[in-house]
Amino acid sequence: MPLIEVRGLKTYFYTEDGVVRAVDGVDYVIEQEKTLGVVGESGCGKSVTALSIMGLVQIPPGKIEAGEILFYRDGKVMDLTKFDPKGREMRSIRGNEIAMIFQEPMTSLNPVYTIGNQIMEAIILHQKLNKAKAKQKAIDMLREVGIPLPEQRVNEYPHQLSGGMRQRAMIAMALSCNPSLLIADEPTTALDVTIQAQVLELMNELRREFHAAIQFITHDLGVIAGMADDVVVMYLGRIVEGSTVGEVFHNPKHPYTQGLMNSIPSLASRKDRLEPIKGVVPDPFEVPPGCGFEPRCPHAMEICKTRMPDLKEVAPGHIAACWLYE
Amino acid sequence: MPSDNILLDVKGLVKYFPVRKGIFRRTVAHVKAVDNVDMFIPEGETLGLVGESGCGKTTAGRTILRLIEPTAGDILFRSKKLAPPGEEAAEIDVAKVSRKELKALRREMQIIFQDPYSSLNPRMTVGAIVGEPLLVHGMAKGAEREDRVKALLAAVGLKPDHMKRYPHEFSGGQRQRIGVARALALDPQLIICDEPVSALDVSIQAQVINLLEDLQGEFGLTYLFIAHDLSVVRHISTRVAVMYLGKIAELAQTEELFTHPKHPYTEALMSAVPVPDPSWAVERILLEGDVPSPVAPPPGCYFHPRCRYAKDICKTEEPEYRNLGGLHFATCHFADTLDLQPIKSEA
Repeated sequence: MPLIEVRGLKTYFYTEDGVVRAVDGVDYVIEQEKTLGVVGESGCGKSVTALSIMGLVQIPPGKIEAGEILFYRDGKVMDLTKFDPKGREMRSIRGNEIAMIFQEPMTSLNPVYTIGNQIMEAIILHQKLNKAKAKQKAIDMLREVGIPLPEQRVNEYPHQLSGGMRQRAMIAMALSCNPSLLIADEPTTALDVTIQAQVLELMNELRREFHAAIQFITHDLGVIAGMADDVVVMYLGRIVEGSTVGEVFHNPKHPYTQGLMNSIPSLASRKDRLEPIKGVVPDPFEVPPGCGFEPRCPHAMEICKTRMPDLKEVAPGHIAACWLYE
Repeated sequence: MPSDNILLDVKGLVKYFPVRKGIFRRTVAHVKAVDNVDMFIPEGETLGLVGESGCGKTTAGRTILRLIEPTAGDILFRSKKLAPPGEEAAEIDVAKVSRKELKALRREMQIIFQDPYSSLNPRMTVGAIVGEPLLVHGMAKGAEREDRVKALLAAVGLKPDHMKRYPHEFSGGQRQRIGVARALALDPQLIICDEPVSALDVSIQAQVINLLEDLQGEFGLTYLFIAHDLSVVRHISTRVAVMYLGKIAELAQTEELFTHPKHPYTEALMSAVPVPDPSWAVERILLEGDVPSPVAPPPGCYFHPRCRYAKDICKTEEPEYRNLGGLHFATCHFADTLDLQPIKSEA
């Protein structure tokens, strides 16, 4: 059963220097209670895709140019791109049906309100509870995410919590309205590795408990390998490869995915020498006319310079956009 | 300890930062950033220094260069520049040299910073940035300096005409190359690399890591490689030192450390690293809580509140940093008896 289906999504930014096609035709599906990992480097459009779903793209300069974001709920389908981002429908979905946690818990929490107040805000808004009940619910949520002494912590301000605790508080806030989709944008990137392990473990437990689907965005292939059921790899605003996590890691098809795998050192296998991907990600104002990866690709052919390959099935349940498989 | 080819030998290094309060700015406590650290680097090797934020790894690196004045300890460096006439090299205590001697030592010890955006002056051209050390040390002027800068840029994979450009015209990876060229300008022996790749995208990290490895071979460099990413450290290091709350928890040859860890913190840290392989199965050891404050570290072993093997002695007696044999050092009462989970390598 699909929960959310993104079809042909294009989100562009109209800046003084030109148009940035941050998301340029993206399709994917997240099934209910599954975790989709979205991998890519800075500027590949992974965060903008998430913000498009949430209706949080700044307009202008941003604009959803084309595409549909179909959200399936109670047997009904709604296209989120059709709603006014500031309108009633979107506000009843955002934070309630679809919640998001961000990379930097220090900047995404409001420093002048207590943790409790910030969690209660969403509960009061969406669940119509009174203040006392909302506070009790906030305390329960903090306990749920493993914050010790939740009765005390609920009255503390973000700066009084450590980085790992702040991210736990963010997760408590996101889950307080029992969303069906949780979008996690680099939720552990700012954390130390032992704290990251705690938060990832927590997310895995909570996803089973709350039956939420997760869209997990990260640049860290290690984190994705441990968290996701399915993976899509993004490059320059497009999906270049997608399949189950096992397929993508053990049988990568797109040269970019292969390049990423070869370029990272891993504790699992010792390499004498890393094989970097040559060159750098192109300037977003000067995107190559053909395949975006062509200038860096070791297998580039003539056709790659002029024509963009489409995503097609290259193995059962495994899609890639590359002329090598035409 | 092998004494013949040790380039840097740090003994009992301490750096406390005072915490001041009140109108008289009285010192009320100390942040024990680096607390009695011993480590050594043989010439031509890379020592990886890993630990989580706040463990003191960056302070240790900067104190070794005396960019931060040490509170106590010896920083013995085999200097060529300060050797008495007729001798090739002499062991100098960096912690005790005068400012003038320190300037001479700077030619032999350099640093590469983490953030390639804030560590390059935006108002200077790349040529001026890379050439500045030559100017300051009076090593080359005019056309000679220009030639030297061009050669340095070529060595790090940049083009000679990049000299006239400004840092903002470069990508993160290229900027880090500029930082590397600047560090190489004075032909140093030791380079302290402080998280040199952690601000870079994954596909660019590998380029810079390979560059550092190539330069080490070409110029016989010795690195102190400070990082929080264990995978990167394992890849690049000859030896690895694991730091926790200002102390070295464990130091050993890289493979020895990963296959025979002796400190429970090393074990937990290794098991927490996400591995890019969905079929990778290790028992993940989740540490409870956060790193304690370095202002008031716990009594006894600093790690005992989070250690799953902690016994009574750990709460009261501080373990000694000791050699367990074969230059494998650990700071744990039970380092000889614990059977800890190693990392297995496939290839």
